[in-house]
Amino acid sequence: MFGYHYRLERNAIGLVLAIVVAASIGGFVEIAPLFTIDETVEDVPDMRVYTPLELAGRNIYIREGCYACHSQMIRTLRDEVERYGPYSLAVESKYDHPMLWGSKRTGPDLARVGGKYSDEWHVAHLINPRDVVPPSNMPAYAWLQRTPLEVKDLGLHLKALRQVGVPYTDDMIANAAADARNQAMPDDGGAGGLTQRYGEATQIRAFDGNPANVTELDALVAYLQILGRLTDAAYKPAAEGG
Amino acid sequence: MAIGQRDPHTGHMTTGHEWNGITELNSPVPRVIFFFLGAAFLYSLVYWVLMPAWPIGVTYTKGLLGANQNLALAKSMKEAAAARETWARHIETASYDEILADNSAMQTVRQTGRALFGDNCAACHGQDAKGGKGYPNLAQAPWLWGGTPDEIARTIQFGINADHPDTRVSQMPAFGRDQMLSRPDILDAAAYVETLSGTAPAGEAERARAAKGKEIFAANCAACHGEDGKGKHDMGAPDLTDRFWINGGGPQAILDTLNNGHQGHMPAWDGRLTPLDRKILTLYILDLRAERK
Repeated sequence: MFGYHYRLERNAIGLVLAIVVAASIGGFVEIAPLFTIDETVEDVPDMRVYTPLELAGRNIYIREGCYACHSQMIRTLRDEVERYGPYSLAVESKYDHPMLWGSKRTGPDLARVGGKYSDEWHVAHLINPRDVVPPSNMPAYAWLQRTPLEVKDLGLHLKALRQVGVPYTDDMIANAAADARNQAMPDDGGAGGLTQRYGEATQIRAFDGNPANVTELDALVAYLQILGRLTDAAYKPAAEGG
Repeated sequence: MAIGQRDPHTGHMTTGHEWNGITELNSPVPRVIFFFLGAAFLYSLVYWVLMPAWPIGVTYTKGLLGANQNLALAKSMKEAAAARETWARHIETASYDEILADNSAMQTVRQTGRALFGDNCAACHGQDAKGGKGYPNLAQAPWLWGGTPDEIARTIQFGINADHPDTRVSQMPAFGRDQMLSRPDILDAAAYVETLSGTAPAGEAERARAAKGKEIFAANCAACHGEDGKGKHDMGAPDLTDRFWINGGGPQAILDTLNNGHQGHMPAWDGRLTPLDRKILTLYILDLRAERK
């Protein structure tokens, strides 16, 4: 055995290839079964996709690095369940590309923050966190309120996500920019086909308090308010033993 | 491999490499490494049998110990519920007055309520429950919707202007923005509202304004805030005669409220907090107010 190893060590390419093979075994054994084992991702038919506005908010969340201080993953531990609500299910981040589970919590977990606070609170908190939570050390994101949201490329974002398996329809992709505007500007000629495309539960309102335009703040608050509410599967008593 | 030579001092072979007369020993891997490698491998054999380990197509080996995080969590939640069952059942079944009079039960309410309030309510109402701009002071100010335990519990359960079908609904109209009142009328009404909480008019002009404002108030504001401006609990309309302001007192803030209106939003906690948690929060707030008096 050692004789073979001595010979391998003297062949640079051969050694590299052997390392790649050896290291892949662990990855293969750990990752590949996740695609075949059928209980990896729960089967939840009512899981809905992000609307274009929520998706834009998610992109802002990623751009501003919110995930560096906020996780979106409630673990199966009593203290977390008592504080944040039912533990996160895999299906709840099924359409997250990339997922934003995170592992560091300088701020609280946000997996179920949707609906926990009012839009007004989120707006005030994002403009200056100290206005509502005096001891907070979160940075202020005041410019989001002044920055118009770029909506014209949202259809392309939807298209890209469809490539990786998110079930966006042609209709959704074609209307992405209009849907984003309509979700945050309810006074502007109604919501169009938004609820037909994304479901009756879609939240339509001026998230930043100003129905006159669509800002990045609209998008981010819309995203925060939907976190944990794309399906209520986690709230149903889990009967299966795993 | 260049042929190594035996090192005369240690008896080991050398690698055959030589740098300025210095050669490198080709000593064997220490035995202890193989021992730990073997031990780790044996451990993993045992682990494979006891714990969930090997994938088999669409399922996997579950392991003899039946380890499952979801079940472990359910068990620890059940244990926690059992540990607090005695006091939890007492709080669930006893009336508000009974619990408020029961000092040992209130000790539990203060401890548990503090954590619940901090996790869920403090973001808006503040850790000390004194609120802030846009968020009512729960510790001192008069209640918007009535201060009986049942009314407080109802607000917590269904929220205010929330998305729950049974939510409380209330709105201060935007008299200025929506052009319900003219600009001079709004200035008059604002002058009158200022006097309600005991601020004397600054001069003769203000006094005249306030006098005119009284009629405008009676016609437009009294339906919700009452003839005397003391507010109405069934409307969630605040008392304008006290020193507490949700959206700020003073001429500018009052004018702003009259112009742009307000619609506060309290989320519904039905489904997010258990009935026991909500009852503890109701008691916690009542206790907080009792302490402050």
